[in-house]
Amino acid sequence: MMTRLLVANRGEIARRIIRTCRRLGVSPAVVFADPDADAPFVAEADVAVRLPGSAPADTYLRAEAIVDAAKRVGADAVHPGYGFLSENADFARAVLAAGLTWVGPDPDTIESMGSKVAAKRRMAAAGVPVLPELDPDSIVDEDLPVLVKASAGGGGRGMRIVRTLDRLPAELAAARAEAQSAFGDGTVFCEPLVGAARHIEVQVLADRHGTVWTLGERECSIQRRYQKIIEETPSPAVDAETRAKLCAAAKAAAEAVGYVGAGTVEFVLTPDGRPCFLEMNTRLQVEHPVTECVFGVDLVGWQLAIADGARLPQSPPSPRGHAIEARLYAEDPAHDWRPSSGTVWRFDLSDVDAQFEVPVGYGLRLDAGVAAGGEISTFYDSMLAKVIAYGPDRLTAARRLAQALAGARLHGPATNRDLLVNVLRHRAFLAGETDTGFLDRHGLATLAVPLADAEAVRLSALAAALAEARRRGENAPVQRGIPSGWRNLPSAPQRVGFHRTDNAGNTDNADELIEVDYALATDGLRTSIVPDVALVGHDRELVGLDVGGVRYRFAVAGYDTSAGRRLVVDSALGAVDLLVRPRFADPAERASEGATTAPMPGTVVAVSVSVGDRVVAGAELVALEAMKMRHPVLAAVAGVVSELPVCEGQQVDAGAVLAVIEPEESQP
Amino acid sequence: MLALLADLAEEHAKSLAGGGPKYVDRHHDRGKLLARERIELLLDPDSAFLELSPLAAWGTEFPVGASVVAGIGVIEGVECLVVANDPTVRGGASNPWTLRKSFRASDIAAQNQLPLVQLVESGGADLNSQGDIFIPGGRMFRDLTRSSARRVPTIALVFGNSTAGGAYLPGMSDHVVMVKQRAKVFLAGPPLVKMATGEDADDEELGGAEMHAQVSGLADYLAEDERDALRIGRRIVANLNWRKAGPPPAADYAEPRYPADDLLGLVPTDARVPFDPREVIARIADGSVFDEFKPWYGTSLVTGWASIHGYRIGVLANARGVLFSEEARKAAQFIQLANQRDIPLLFLQNTTGYMVGKDYERAGIIKHGALMINAVSNSRVPHFTVVLGASYGAGNYGMCGRAYDPRFLFSWPNAKSAVMGPAQLAGVLSIVARQAANARGQDYDEEFDAHMRQTVEQQVEAQSVAAYLSGRLYDDGVIDPRDTRTVLGICLSVAHTAPVRGADGYGVFRM
Repeated sequence: MMTRLLVANRGEIARRIIRTCRRLGVSPAVVFADPDADAPFVAEADVAVRLPGSAPADTYLRAEAIVDAAKRVGADAVHPGYGFLSENADFARAVLAAGLTWVGPDPDTIESMGSKVAAKRRMAAAGVPVLPELDPDSIVDEDLPVLVKASAGGGGRGMRIVRTLDRLPAELAAARAEAQSAFGDGTVFCEPLVGAARHIEVQVLADRHGTVWTLGERECSIQRRYQKIIEETPSPAVDAETRAKLCAAAKAAAEAVGYVGAGTVEFVLTPDGRPCFLEMNTRLQVEHPVTECVFGVDLVGWQLAIADGARLPQSPPSPRGHAIEARLYAEDPAHDWRPSSGTVWRFDLSDVDAQFEVPVGYGLRLDAGVAAGGEISTFYDSMLAKVIAYGPDRLTAARRLAQALAGARLHGPATNRDLLVNVLRHRAFLAGETDTGFLDRHGLATLAVPLADAEAVRLSALAAALAEARRRGENAPVQRGIPSGWRNLPSAPQRVGFHRTDNAGNTDNADELIEVDYALATDGLRTSIVPDVALVGHDRELVGLDVGGVRYRFAVAGYDTSAGRRLVVDSALGAVDLLVRPRFADPAERASEGATTAPMPGTVVAVSVSVGDRVVAGAELVALEAMKMRHPVLAAVAGVVSELPVCEGQQVDAGAVLAVIEPEESQP
Repeated sequence: MLALLADLAEEHAKSLAGGGPKYVDRHHDRGKLLARERIELLLDPDSAFLELSPLAAWGTEFPVGASVVAGIGVIEGVECLVVANDPTVRGGASNPWTLRKSFRASDIAAQNQLPLVQLVESGGADLNSQGDIFIPGGRMFRDLTRSSARRVPTIALVFGNSTAGGAYLPGMSDHVVMVKQRAKVFLAGPPLVKMATGEDADDEELGGAEMHAQVSGLADYLAEDERDALRIGRRIVANLNWRKAGPPPAADYAEPRYPADDLLGLVPTDARVPFDPREVIARIADGSVFDEFKPWYGTSLVTGWASIHGYRIGVLANARGVLFSEEARKAAQFIQLANQRDIPLLFLQNTTGYMVGKDYERAGIIKHGALMINAVSNSRVPHFTVVLGASYGAGNYGMCGRAYDPRFLFSWPNAKSAVMGPAQLAGVLSIVARQAANARGQDYDEEFDAHMRQTVEQQVEAQSVAAYLSGRLYDDGVIDPRDTRTVLGICLSVAHTAPVRGADGYGVFRM
């Protein structure tokens, strides 16, 4: 029986496993890379072992170091979580060779499923329906479109869609290169591309005594670039008959390889309801919480029990209700899914009923990897949290999840929150019309649109301005109790400009400048930004506004950043992220543009560049001699030298133009 | 009161309008900011600005406001006296009232030790009235350097012309910022130089900002544009390392328990009807707390202790107009107590003066009035005066009228100040004229008398209204009664920039 479990993972899954360890009385141990030193999972473990470095290859992928860590902390078992080394058979063997318990299937099982090509053949042999395999070198027009996949792959890497034959060689080459670099195995294969397909997977749980459970299906069709973002169980597209087929196929698949532990059999469900085996994941899935909710099980708990040799009861529990999970990522869907990083200043979801475990009755579950104050590093997956709503039916769960996400206070890196809410509230989603083409079909123009509309932005900006006015009043070194902005002869309102940011402090849209004017007179608020608005009350964090008889509450939080002061305003109208425009332009920035002038009178002793040269900021342009000293004159900005009106030996006055640089367009 | 406030707003609007739409537009078209726009950018966001003497020159031939804006504002957390020329009013040229308003601002800066920030853009002296400007105008430069000598900083941000005598304004300031291509600072412009020496020179060569920043060194900072000058001005203040010498206010205090709006209905329409000043105190004092001193003695004058915006203050307020011997003695004692404790004093005026008549003269009303005036004159704690109603006769003196140098003096719109009430004054003149006629054995012309009385009454009435007195700088502004607490709060904070310390001695008290 295990007493101390080393979690060879990080983030929310490490916390998830720790939660079960606590429930079972197992002492949790973790390993951590340097960027995670202050992460919650490290603080929550009983012991933690540092893996020096940041990149996964230097840390969470170092099997030897992790086995060594397990031995050093006296762990008797290792849980790999998902990703990283979770499907690495050699790691599993190393764990076992060190005399430790491996929480997962046998290394040979992992290996047999590691090659997708081999796995498919094996499944086909066991009678599991599969998609036909196409030889990449003999594809003809009738086969198109096809999907090129990496045999060792996952997470969409090495995956390519080919619609015309002429593109095939290039895409194959690209996929091989990507697969080689990502997985160390350049093998690729082709499958027919199934249009309007759904991604359906079946959770299996098997003990060492021959009992195999199937715990229903999960639908994970809402994906961006093959990355799941919304998952649910049961699937709206699966009826009892299909479910029976799916479960039978999954059970057959598991039994064919003598599977032990928790695993997932993935299928593609064709529009005519035919399931075809895709692959088997020999580990816990990210989206396991929806199954836990609906079946009322602790999958991690069963993983540990099975690893200790426990027996599963003869039949699994019955499902009840509906659960939907949304993955909250630090990324900006509106800007090509640009990943975001930096400090998470605030991470608040209200009305969370349970964390890392099934809520009692129905409710909201949160599995978060970060906490306020934490950093989203660029080294790892940018998932902030999984939010799971569990309800008696699909619509209730979808509504609860959308509302929880919409009301969450997420300050710091950009998130996909608004997109998730838009999907969860989308008519097609609610109608169960979910397939892998969902995002493409409905388009980011609709789905990535911010929840806050133009008026909400103006109101939020007004609220931000009023909260800031109150904050300044409270912090004022003098006249602290004097009414804000008081005038005996009012001549102009207070004015403040905000740039609307994309939630990450980027202000790509220069037109999104919001100018707020406000005056707090004895008879109330005056502003021109929104008609018919009155101030109900305000302090530095909360502003109440009455808009044409409707009252709204705006929660305002301010953060001082290197880009300036950021204000995040949360309300029922949607979150709005603002950057305060400085009152005064920084002349240092203005001066850096254009001409470089002589700092003092002197003689040009060297001209180091020529017209047309590309220079970097800080490069020497010319050198002046003055007062027996050589003074290099440097480029203030990177760019191209467009004018050079001086020559060697020339006498120049202070302020004389020495060179003009055409600044380069800054790359986003 | 609302009608009076509407009238006041109308007069203030004249001051705000500056030179009128035509000149305002022309100024904007040149890419320049108005005086008050400059001030708004100079001040801390959301901080208060107490404009001083906005009605200066009211009732004179010169525009209301006297072509200059003066006031107290907060820059980088420092209370500063800000003076800005209004270039839309006759090019910002100074007239005799501009001078008097500037001098008053200068006095306030000196008494309260406030850094002075001047936003300069002036065509110089209004030559038609140079006779009233040239000689007294020298004080402006004297005050600047004396302020500097007292280690109270002076800052000049030059936005435009500051020539001839005006050139000494930056010349005498501790810190000078000039706006590129805009500031022009020279003793003599191109025509005068040509006449004097035959030299050809243009404006920029003689006194451009770049020349002064790079060659003469008169400018410490060269601003790219107006906003940049204001930015630099704010940085200069931020770097003053300025600390207030007076004690800080209480960290926490309650707002009054009664609404300030009530102050509008408090003053009877008939100025002869007295009202209870405790009703005013209850609407301006922290938590409406007022600890009365000698409540049963000299009841026509209310004295006691209160706090306003966390600053402890002694209050003297007229309750029933007339000051008797008891009131005068009570006031003298109370003022001495406040000085012993270093507590500032607030005078709420509504007085018709010291009591007259045989009995009162025999009882020594002059001696007792003198006690009070002696105490007021020699008191060294900051004084603040608000004229709530009447301010007639020597009551104006005893209750710290303008001549007694209160740090600040504000009037409510209904306030009236004069040697006596218009009817009384006309009556006195009538009696004197009648006696003279009788003495000469002539018949008294009753028709003339009625006409004379009416004329005198009207004239006195016109000269005792708040706007007239404010126009002559006899107060620092006419305020909305509802703003009384705010104005006093600002003034108290400002006064505590300088040390607050009571008197060590008084004149000989005639017992």
